[in-house]
Amino acid sequence: MSYLNTLFFGIYPYIAFAIFIVGSIVRYDREQYTWKTGSSQLLESKDLKRGSRAFHIGIIAILLGHFVGLLTPAEVWHLFGIEASDKQLIAITAGGIFGLICLYGLTILIKRRLNNPRIKATSSNMDIAILMVLYVQLVLGLITIIVSLGHLDGSEMLLLMSWAQNVVTFDISEATASIADVNIIFKLHIFLGMSLFVLFPFSRLVHIASVPVQYLSRNYQVVRVKR
Amino acid sequence: MKVRAQIGMVLNLDKCIGCHTCSITCKNVWTSREGVEYAWFNNVETKPGIGYPKEWENQDKYNGGWKRNKNGSLEPRQGNRRRLLANIFANPDLPEIDDYYEPFDFDYQHLHNAPDSKHQPVARPRSLITGQRMEKINWGPNWEEILGTEFSERKKDKNFDEVVQKDIYGQFEKTFMMYLPRLCEHCINPACVASCPSGAIYKREEDGIVLIDQDKCRGWRMCVSGCPYKKIYYNWKSGKSEKCIFCFPRIEAGQPTVCAETCVGRIRYLGVLLYDADRVEEVASVPNEHDLYPAQLSMFLDPSDPEVIAAARAEGIPDSWLESARQSPVYKMAVDWKVALPLHPEYRTLPMVWYVPPLSPIQTAVKAGHIGMNGVIPDLKSQRIPMRYLANLLTAGDERPVIHALERMIAMRAFKRAQQVEGVEDLAVLKQVGLTVNQVEEMYRYMAIANYEDRFVIPTSHKAYAANAYDMKSGCGFSFGNGCSDGGNSVNLFGNKKQTVRQIIPVEIK
Repeated sequence: MSYLNTLFFGIYPYIAFAIFIVGSIVRYDREQYTWKTGSSQLLESKDLKRGSRAFHIGIIAILLGHFVGLLTPAEVWHLFGIEASDKQLIAITAGGIFGLICLYGLTILIKRRLNNPRIKATSSNMDIAILMVLYVQLVLGLITIIVSLGHLDGSEMLLLMSWAQNVVTFDISEATASIADVNIIFKLHIFLGMSLFVLFPFSRLVHIASVPVQYLSRNYQVVRVKR
Repeated sequence: MKVRAQIGMVLNLDKCIGCHTCSITCKNVWTSREGVEYAWFNNVETKPGIGYPKEWENQDKYNGGWKRNKNGSLEPRQGNRRRLLANIFANPDLPEIDDYYEPFDFDYQHLHNAPDSKHQPVARPRSLITGQRMEKINWGPNWEEILGTEFSERKKDKNFDEVVQKDIYGQFEKTFMMYLPRLCEHCINPACVASCPSGAIYKREEDGIVLIDQDKCRGWRMCVSGCPYKKIYYNWKSGKSEKCIFCFPRIEAGQPTVCAETCVGRIRYLGVLLYDADRVEEVASVPNEHDLYPAQLSMFLDPSDPEVIAAARAEGIPDSWLESARQSPVYKMAVDWKVALPLHPEYRTLPMVWYVPPLSPIQTAVKAGHIGMNGVIPDLKSQRIPMRYLANLLTAGDERPVIHALERMIAMRAFKRAQQVEGVEDLAVLKQVGLTVNQVEEMYRYMAIANYEDRFVIPTSHKAYAANAYDMKSGCGFSFGNGCSDGGNSVNLFGNKKQTVRQIIPVEIK
């Protein structure tokens, strides 16, 4: 099984990341007209307001949590006096709360997309697929909490951190070795997570890259001068 | 002083016959595509009524336009930058498709292939969004045409605010109506531009036209709620916002917009206005709403003033534009004669499509002896359309400028009637409204005769000199495909629906 382990957790991350980067650049350059949020609020507003806010608040918190939690070296946490077991407890609590908020929102959004005749008729296959993949990924993530509750010493979490950090530092053998023995639920969650990077350039997820932060410091008025 | 030029428009409501030719020609040219079939860059409303989209003037509902803070600064009424971004996941002020209307078409083909039957076949409607049968159409793009629907609905019209005894206008004998053709105002202080998180909406420096960069638009839909005139439309198919482009390809070539060109009543005027861009913020944030109209007037610069001409040349405004500004019918009507007024200046956007208030219903009532007279000029307080209603529409509630404009128009009629029917120069009537013979003759030429070359004074943009036209050779401008090609097959890697193909399949009738 080790060759599959290497393929999915040693090589696939790089393939996924390459598609993510190259695909996004190509789409931004060639097809920027398709680069958008794909909002359907015009066609249905009530459920969107309930679902979208909860979903986005939940998922942004979760993503930031994953980013910080996986990529910050264990030594840094030690420096702040946070042991692995404490960190795992924080991750379980925060992840659980925001995961449930996100689940609440996503459930409403999926129901809306599949049941509202206007939304259904104007959805692309990718719109529906992305919601489904996110839903599965979210449920898998919530199940990992149950798995983690079985061993609160934080050892499995350290393995996952080691995998992520070794992938980032291109230490493939170390990365695959750390992840070899973790629970299958984690492996599925990670695989699907990397697949989301693959889907990113081909779906409405691209709007994540367009968070309009520059708006906060921009002048209200925009004037373009004829060149 | 920073001089900027803008092409402005004036609509003479006194002559609008409500034929909708402007709306139809505009629609045929710009919004006959799927995704914007519900959108009318130009539409004509019958007033009083709640309009399109429903209650667009009610900013307590939509929070469009600007708000003046206690410290005198301006921010979009829907919230400052942080508030606006906080609402980005779900815009609380966004109108829904039913506030416009659910777009529909009829099964015309059924008229051709219906089987032999006892009754005439009919073409039944179906939704252009879902493709489903619509059993009953209960709202449309012009549902209130000629005072359609009950008065109890129409009296929600915001312009009725502070109109005394508005309920009497529901009575048949007391009712009044007027037409209001509407398009994007191409404001000097546009709230849509200020609300766009992506910075995709911009005002062109050379002619003031406000446009949305379709590539840069990300569909955050804040402009839709930000615009108080509700003249930005979200294309539900492309996921981008679209708006009136003031027919900029025609304007650049020195031609009038499609709505103006095709106007049957010849009510539309296009011309250059020069204004002082340094004063925009000051003018838009004057404390008293009544002062917004005079403040905006004071911002316009006299194109014959040598100082203005020198400053304009320093800014690089071509002489042909300055010449056009001196001939501008818009300048004459708005600034010289003060017969044209801005639409809802209280939104603080400094709109650039102005309106001559309607007059007609007075004259017949005067003949019948129902109205008090003030010389030859009837007392406008007792005309059919309440002054307060027009003032709410055009001057943020100040009745004086409306009365002033209407009196000048009546004086023009009285003077020309005396001159042409009775053969006398009635200078008294002109004195009463402060016009000279020259002015009134010119008013008559522009407003009554309204020749094509007087109505439209549009300088060309000299684009060929400004840009290297060689690069544009065999280009195709904006297209929905990849460059000029629409794509060879129906698979799109990036999951976009083809913009040129209709997705909705007609309902099969058995």
